[in-house]
Amino acid sequence: MDLYHRIVKAKLFIDDNCCNTVNLDHLSQEACLSKFHFLRLFKRTYNKTPHQYLTERRIEKAKTKLSDTDLKVQEICMDVGFESVTSFTLKFRSVTGQTPMDYRKKRLKIKQIQNEQPDSMVPGCFATKYVD
Amino acid sequence: MITKLSHTTVYVLDQDEAMDFYVNKLGFEVRTDATMNGSFRWLTVGPKDQPDLEIILMLVQPGFLFDDQSAEQMKNLIRNGKMGTGVFETPDCKATYLELKSKGVEFLSEPKQQPYGIEATFKDNSGNWFSLTERPE
Repeated sequence: MDLYHRIVKAKLFIDDNCCNTVNLDHLSQEACLSKFHFLRLFKRTYNKTPHQYLTERRIEKAKTKLSDTDLKVQEICMDVGFESVTSFTLKFRSVTGQTPMDYRKKRLKIKQIQNEQPDSMVPGCFATKYVD
Repeated sequence: MITKLSHTTVYVLDQDEAMDFYVNKLGFEVRTDATMNGSFRWLTVGPKDQPDLEIILMLVQPGFLFDDQSAEQMKNLIRNGKMGTGVFETPDCKATYLELKSKGVEFLSEPKQQPYGIEATFKDNSGNWFSLTERPE
């Protein structure tokens, strides 16, 4: 298996397991590479470290759960692999620019508008061309 | 002064199937999914790292814009791979090629060095084709 396959395999491993405990040992083993070599190749391939990528995936999962479920922030934090609400909230804010609760409120508002006033989501030029 | 492109249209044959492809194969996120008048569905997606772009996955169907004949012509153009829709950029063409291929994306050409970078081409599940390009640093 060439190096590219190994790095892609490790990236897909993060995608599939991001809510579980994933560390550099797991990933470098998955890629059959030394930790140092793996870290360097991953960063060269994706322009981010495996840890940065893992955190981004976890924040994405959290965004989906905040938007689509009624789970409490603390439950979501644990579900997506963070160990404390404080570190989760700080990371969420640094990535999205808002707190998890503010994000949830904003998404619910958008969903409400999509359901109740869908025409306000569509640029008028498209609406007039496509809607009878 | 025009400052950026915010929306662009990709015509698709089935919006649910297209959404599945763009989200679960390409890794994009849904930006808007709103249905007007119970029939016209405004569905947009975009790459996670480019939050200010919405790609409209527009269903080709007879209606206000298309009559029956032009809708069928458009569908045939898409199905037959005549619609080259755009260029997606990636930090590493070969890695993204391998990942998408493992997810079942159909490639029309493998990564190849070009004067402007490394490029592969693939098609979506309607038939629209795209360039996947890694720009030189």
